[in-house]
Amino acid sequence: MQHALPPHLLMRLLAVLAIVLAPHGAHLPLWATLLVIAIMIWRSLSVLRRWPPIPRAAKVLLALAAFAGVYASFGRVSGQTAGVVLLVVMAVLKLTELNSRRDLMVLVLLMYFLLITHFLFSQELWTAAYLIFCAVLITGVLIDANHPAAILPLRNSLRLSGRLVAMALPLMVIIFVLFPRIPGPLWGLPSDSGAARTGLSDNMEPGEISSLVESDAVAFRVRFEGKPPANRELYWRGPVFGHFDGHRWDSVLHANAENDTQAKLDGGEVRYEVTLEPQRSHWLFALDLPAAASLPSDAHLDADFELFANGESRERRLYQLESFTQYRLQGEFDDAQRRFYTRLPARSNPRTQALAQQWRAQGLDDQQIIDAALAMFRQQAFFYTLHPPALSRDSVDEFLFDTRKGFCEHYASSFAVLMRAAGIPARIVTGYQGGEKNAVGDYYLVRQSDAHAWTEVWLAPRGWVRIDPTAAVAPQRIERGIGEALENSGDLPAFLDPRRPGYNLRYAFEARWDWINSQWNHWVLGYGPDLQQEFLRRFGIVDWSDMILALTAAVSLVLGGLGIVLLRQFSVPAASDPAQDQWRRLQRRLARVGLTQLAHEGALDFSRRVSIAKPALAASIAQITSLYLQLRYLQTAGTSSNAPSERQLAQAVTALKI
Amino acid sequence: MPRSSNATAAIPESRLRLSLERFALIFTQPFQGLQRRINHWIATRTPRVAGPWIVSRRRVYILPTRYGYGYALLLVVMLLGAMNYSNSMAFALTFLLAGLGLIGMHHTHGNLVNVQVRQTRVMPVFAGEYASFTIELANPAQAPRYALSAAWQDDKFSDLMRSAFSVDLAANHSAYLSLTQASVQRGWLSAPRFAVYTEFPLGLFHAWTWVELDMRCLVYPKAAPRGERPFDSAGGHGVRSGPRSGQDDFAGLRNYQRGDASRAIHWKSFPKQLRPMVKQFSETLENELWFDWSGLPVSWEIEKRLSILTRWIIDADAQGRSYGLRLNAQIFAPAQGAAHRHECLQALALFGVRSND
Repeated sequence: MQHALPPHLLMRLLAVLAIVLAPHGAHLPLWATLLVIAIMIWRSLSVLRRWPPIPRAAKVLLALAAFAGVYASFGRVSGQTAGVVLLVVMAVLKLTELNSRRDLMVLVLLMYFLLITHFLFSQELWTAAYLIFCAVLITGVLIDANHPAAILPLRNSLRLSGRLVAMALPLMVIIFVLFPRIPGPLWGLPSDSGAARTGLSDNMEPGEISSLVESDAVAFRVRFEGKPPANRELYWRGPVFGHFDGHRWDSVLHANAENDTQAKLDGGEVRYEVTLEPQRSHWLFALDLPAAASLPSDAHLDADFELFANGESRERRLYQLESFTQYRLQGEFDDAQRRFYTRLPARSNPRTQALAQQWRAQGLDDQQIIDAALAMFRQQAFFYTLHPPALSRDSVDEFLFDTRKGFCEHYASSFAVLMRAAGIPARIVTGYQGGEKNAVGDYYLVRQSDAHAWTEVWLAPRGWVRIDPTAAVAPQRIERGIGEALENSGDLPAFLDPRRPGYNLRYAFEARWDWINSQWNHWVLGYGPDLQQEFLRRFGIVDWSDMILALTAAVSLVLGGLGIVLLRQFSVPAASDPAQDQWRRLQRRLARVGLTQLAHEGALDFSRRVSIAKPALAASIAQITSLYLQLRYLQTAGTSSNAPSERQLAQAVTALKI
Repeated sequence: MPRSSNATAAIPESRLRLSLERFALIFTQPFQGLQRRINHWIATRTPRVAGPWIVSRRRVYILPTRYGYGYALLLVVMLLGAMNYSNSMAFALTFLLAGLGLIGMHHTHGNLVNVQVRQTRVMPVFAGEYASFTIELANPAQAPRYALSAAWQDDKFSDLMRSAFSVDLAANHSAYLSLTQASVQRGWLSAPRFAVYTEFPLGLFHAWTWVELDMRCLVYPKAAPRGERPFDSAGGHGVRSGPRSGQDDFAGLRNYQRGDASRAIHWKSFPKQLRPMVKQFSETLENELWFDWSGLPVSWEIEKRLSILTRWIIDADAQGRSYGLRLNAQIFAPAQGAAHRHECLQALALFGVRSND
């Protein structure tokens, strides 16, 4: 064992390690958190109280136990979360054998690596500040580790590390912008990488969407090119459900993946750009109805006009689309399809089926039945609420005839069942409706709370027609958004409540904050191969070799500049003495004719020698010498009263004709 | 004939072994030849100077340390990870650390540039002792410098954790570093070339410069073990071994002079006189010791004789007695004190040594 590390240094290291590990607390299983805390407390006490080191066997046992613990918690020791937990635990176990500078250096490097693992879980704006903060702290420990003589005052080491990090920042920006990005992944991602699964699911049960509305998380942001459509046209199409089991709606598995559904698009196209937050599903959202021609290369539309990405959206992704708000979807319909979209489980929801058949028996046609159903929602005592009573097996019957309190999925579901019972093909479409316009950034923010469900019915010449029964009950929901629709119901989530004090201020602040975040997402987090190419092309940098050339040049330039700044700091400040400068000038001029002042020669001796060698100069040299001696030895250098003599000296040296 | 054939066969065998050894050397120490060349190049670049030596920008060499290589490896791993996850913040951290490493390199380099290295007086040692060469490092700049160390060229660079071996230099301040070298034989021990180096602030780079200051340490002969007594025939009176004589020989007090042994001071009179008086003994007045080179047996080795003389001088000096030295032509009249002791020992140290100045 080498020299023990100074206790101060160890305490600093522990403090920094705690700060670096803190955000991981959320991912660690309880036992790991406790282990980390216990070891850190043990280590700090053992420093203060000079406890003996843990025996080697105990360390090995601890390490093995940690491995076993991770395996027990996650069923493996690799993968994103398990790997991070293992890394955290091992880093902390390293504390038990932290004796030499070598161990310290290893731990410092490990801390840098721990810092990077945070970004697997979150890359929000604040993480940038956290990154720089932690980098300064860790570098401070690194500096302490390399100053063996005595511990530096904390202020000094932090100031130095702050300076170093600040100087590294311009390099970081340059390399970030210019380092050629390649489309990842290189070797595949662990299956648990990326964000947790959020957003709409693959099926719909009563209560599922209303639980989503409680979340103010961002689903996606949309920037329209040109004039955005009206709010009531902002239906963001997501999963489509055609199969009903009496309680739950499921999507239809199409036999052929090829989309042969015909859509006639009409009205002007709407171009827009969606920045989808990571949500770990294949769904992409498009304004009803997307044009097949405008799809991104790695996405496809299926027969129900659901938009899928080829892979899960684990990262934030950006895509451009064109949509048409007026369309005729699937004008042709065969009997098999009609049978499928009117199918209901045989003995489910009998009262609903009876009602629809009663309407049909009255001789109403399809459109009249639709109107009758909507009129029922509108005129009878139906309530739009986030917290409807729970429903049992025949959910539609219970809702329509007993509880009459429901959220969009209840209305969509019961409406679709009514239609099917009346023999009209119907299906559920889920997605988002509306969006909050951000005045600062001119884009729409769509949150999870904008999740919505509506229905499509198939009418003879028009194809699939969107009918939103929620609009009949709560027209504000469609016109103005979820917040206003639930305003007086008392069960509005706090963040949506406009009557809350400071709502407007908060709204203005949030709009700005969201705009900043969207910029961050777009320019920093979304800075991949595509954006990089697009961005750098503006500067005439088109390919890899250009990038590497520009990168090398820029880094060398900045590094050279910083190097000069640093060297100047460590160089001897040149004392400014005008008299001395002029004397040197004289020396240079005389040196050209072979008269150099010798090392042992004073100014007077030299001038005497010059006068003898060049009698013509004698008078001028004598004058210069006397001025020089006066300035150097009779007056205080650097005072303003010297200025006339200095000027005289300079003129005399200039006037000298050798 | 078989013999001669054996002989002819033996020669190629030894040659073969030699060339095999050389061949093996290329593999085991491939850089040795290169190292030799580099050393030669360094030697031509660093003249032996009297000092002060100002470390110029061009003479600072810099290479990554093993931690520097570890750091680079870490960055590669982080870069691959960032690429795999297409994680912008991971890229940002990787590039920040890359920038930090480069800035740290400049800082380490700057930490050494414009340091002034000066020599200080070197105290003589006896052969076999460690000669300590103390150098002064001065910082003429306004920025503080930290953790500067020095090591002989031949040494492996010591671990920086050895706190005694690094100094900090505040602006316009200086500090001292000692380098020790084992002295083997009497005479002049020249300080070899040494490196002034630093790894501050990040420990990722090792910046150093070679300095060869014209410092030398006088190495006295190694003192012989006690036992050999000076001969009376050596021209003077023999040294009486054992404790000093008692009161019988006391001859009076005289004023203290520099170089008097502290044990000779008459402490009792000190409060009255307020200046130290020295006890004088009749013996030291009368019996001046003469140590004579020619009095020692010629059969003894020169070094042994010098060692014995050294021992006598040390002992006589410790006892506060007057002694003289006859070393062939060099004669040092009997005297006392540190200066006299040094002169005598220097004469012994340089006996037969061709001085180059």
